[in-house]
Amino acid sequence: MTTPFVRVSDLSRSFDVSKPWLNRVIEGGEKQYLKAVDGVSFDIPRGETFALVGESGSGKSTVARMVVGLLPPSGGGVTIDGISMSDTKAQVERQLLRRRIQMVFQDPYASLNPRWRVQQIVAEPIRAFKLVEGEADIRARVGELLTLVGLHPDDGVKYPHEFSGGQRQRVAIARALASEAEFLVCDEPTSALDVSVQAQILNLMRDLQDKFGLTYLFISHNLAVVRHMATRIGVMYLGRIVEISGGREMFQNPKHPYTRMLLDAVPDLAMSGRDREPVAGEIPNPINPPSGCTFNPRCPFANERCRVERPPLAGGVACHAVHEGRLAVKDAA
Amino acid sequence: MSDPVLSVRDLRVEFHTRRGVLKAIDGVSFDIGKGEVLGVVGESGAGKSVTGSAVIGLIDPPGRIAGGEILLSGQRVDNLPPEEMRKVRGKRIGMIFQDPLTSLNPLYKISEQLIETITTHTDLSPTQARRRAVDLLAEVGIPAPEKRIDSYPHEFSGGMRQRVVIALALCAEPELIIADEPTTALDVSVQAQIITLLKRLGREHGTAIMLVTHDMGVIAETADRVAVMYAGRIAEIGPVHDVVQNPLHPYAEGLMGAIPTLAGEDARLVQIPGSMPRLNRIPPGCAFNPRCGYRFGRCTVDRPDPLPWRGHRVACHLYDAASGPHFLGEGKTLAAAKKPEEAA
Repeated sequence: MTTPFVRVSDLSRSFDVSKPWLNRVIEGGEKQYLKAVDGVSFDIPRGETFALVGESGSGKSTVARMVVGLLPPSGGGVTIDGISMSDTKAQVERQLLRRRIQMVFQDPYASLNPRWRVQQIVAEPIRAFKLVEGEADIRARVGELLTLVGLHPDDGVKYPHEFSGGQRQRVAIARALASEAEFLVCDEPTSALDVSVQAQILNLMRDLQDKFGLTYLFISHNLAVVRHMATRIGVMYLGRIVEISGGREMFQNPKHPYTRMLLDAVPDLAMSGRDREPVAGEIPNPINPPSGCTFNPRCPFANERCRVERPPLAGGVACHAVHEGRLAVKDAA
Repeated sequence: MSDPVLSVRDLRVEFHTRRGVLKAIDGVSFDIGKGEVLGVVGESGAGKSVTGSAVIGLIDPPGRIAGGEILLSGQRVDNLPPEEMRKVRGKRIGMIFQDPLTSLNPLYKISEQLIETITTHTDLSPTQARRRAVDLLAEVGIPAPEKRIDSYPHEFSGGMRQRVVIALALCAEPELIIADEPTTALDVSVQAQIITLLKRLGREHGTAIMLVTHDMGVIAETADRVAVMYAGRIAEIGPVHDVVQNPLHPYAEGLMGAIPTLAGEDARLVQIPGSMPRLNRIPPGCAFNPRCGYRFGRCTVDRPDPLPWRGHRVACHLYDAASGPHFLGEGKTLAAAKKPEEAA
């Protein structure tokens, strides 16, 4: 089997959250590290959408930033199209690779330079990578890109503040496509948008994927959005993937107790007026994560082993209860 | 039926700006009965939060209530002098805002904030007030309230803070609680806890709740009735189950179709073309007409009023007998109107 387009293997990242040196010397106390991401691995085949879901603090955005190379990993690595993102020897190849990876951020109000006209914003990758020569040709290409995302070529002379949130997110997508990118990392691309606009952007992203065979890494906390977009889903909890499976399967047969809890917690239109089992507890402080399985204090199926031994990710799920057969899993029908 | 707890009649709120008068709320009417949860949904700028602020009398200049009336258990509160309104606010109307951190004073312990509120609005002595504060914290589900009551807001997590805010809103046993996006800043698992809590409190205390949110899922689970707002007006108001399953107004229909769900086929989402107009550029006629697939001649000229229709009230000419051939007769649904004359 050939290696998949994107391979993330054993990716980790810790942040130093210690008190300043002087305080440590005077008051005592050790260095403290926050493990934001801890041994995350997944593959994304070309043309597919892999989604990471989780609550705030689960480390999903940190993964996204490491995948695009905005943040160096503390361990493990990312390989895109066979080229390592962290290998210093592959400098030249990596430069070429950069063009093919782009990112779409959550807040279209912050990710576009307010002093630049939209055509400058969209043309920046074209100029940086020298994809098109000559001003007239660049302008024509920008017009083409704006049409592609559902804007008018004449919109290029406007400034970002003249657009609504949804239109700005379209500009951000046009900029991402300007470098002829193949792999888009989208970090909560629709969380700042209203539902009717969110639907427009999600539909646009799916159309563009069909048209150009784009590969997406899609980060979101909204399970319904993820279900709509992803072919495969990884559920993150405190820096680790607790369950990974195909999009459909995840929603039909959730295995990990955390996934079950999340799915049960989402308010859904179809379930109006029901009374549900309230969820227990909140995501713990990642500086002092619980021992063993990090979910054990909130888990109704936790036993002694869960409190001591960390479950490995096997068969798409990291849970002792599932592995031991204590927790029944519906067969994939 | 007894008097509704809250009755809003033809409310209009205007903002006077250099560029002219903006009508943020334009003729909104609704009632909330005892123990009832009314959900108010809409996209940003639809006027849902302004409606909430108007009810609690917190519209700041340049905004002002330009017309209509607000009745709390039959008593008018929209024209009360500020001092009188202060007594109503907190005592008879409780408030829960989106961000629990900004609704709590970071410099005071939770106990001080709760006891201050309780002694202001009731005759209890400070010792009694403290006992009541502990009871309230226990009721909203804060573990070990006797110990936690002397903590500062920053010592609580987001979900716990929102519980404290709810306890604050409950201090004086208000008749009405206005919850403005109470779960938006919270994670899904915590959000579910807060929704369950709000529902239980409404049921047990008979408190009327006006729940303002953009999240249709939250409304579907919590509210009894729902009002869908668009550009400062109510497009449709009716029982939550009906509005979610069989929306009547074309905007409500588009809104429901635009929401990705956990069940069902992952077909393309319904998308409403365009976005909500700015307040200074509301089109003549029905404000939704430029985005509407069912538009006909009258929609661009004549502004529809909410008319009763099968237990709902809908502001759409399709449900007005005066629209002639475009009128959807009894028993017909939106699908029957699918061919607008522009398509011909």
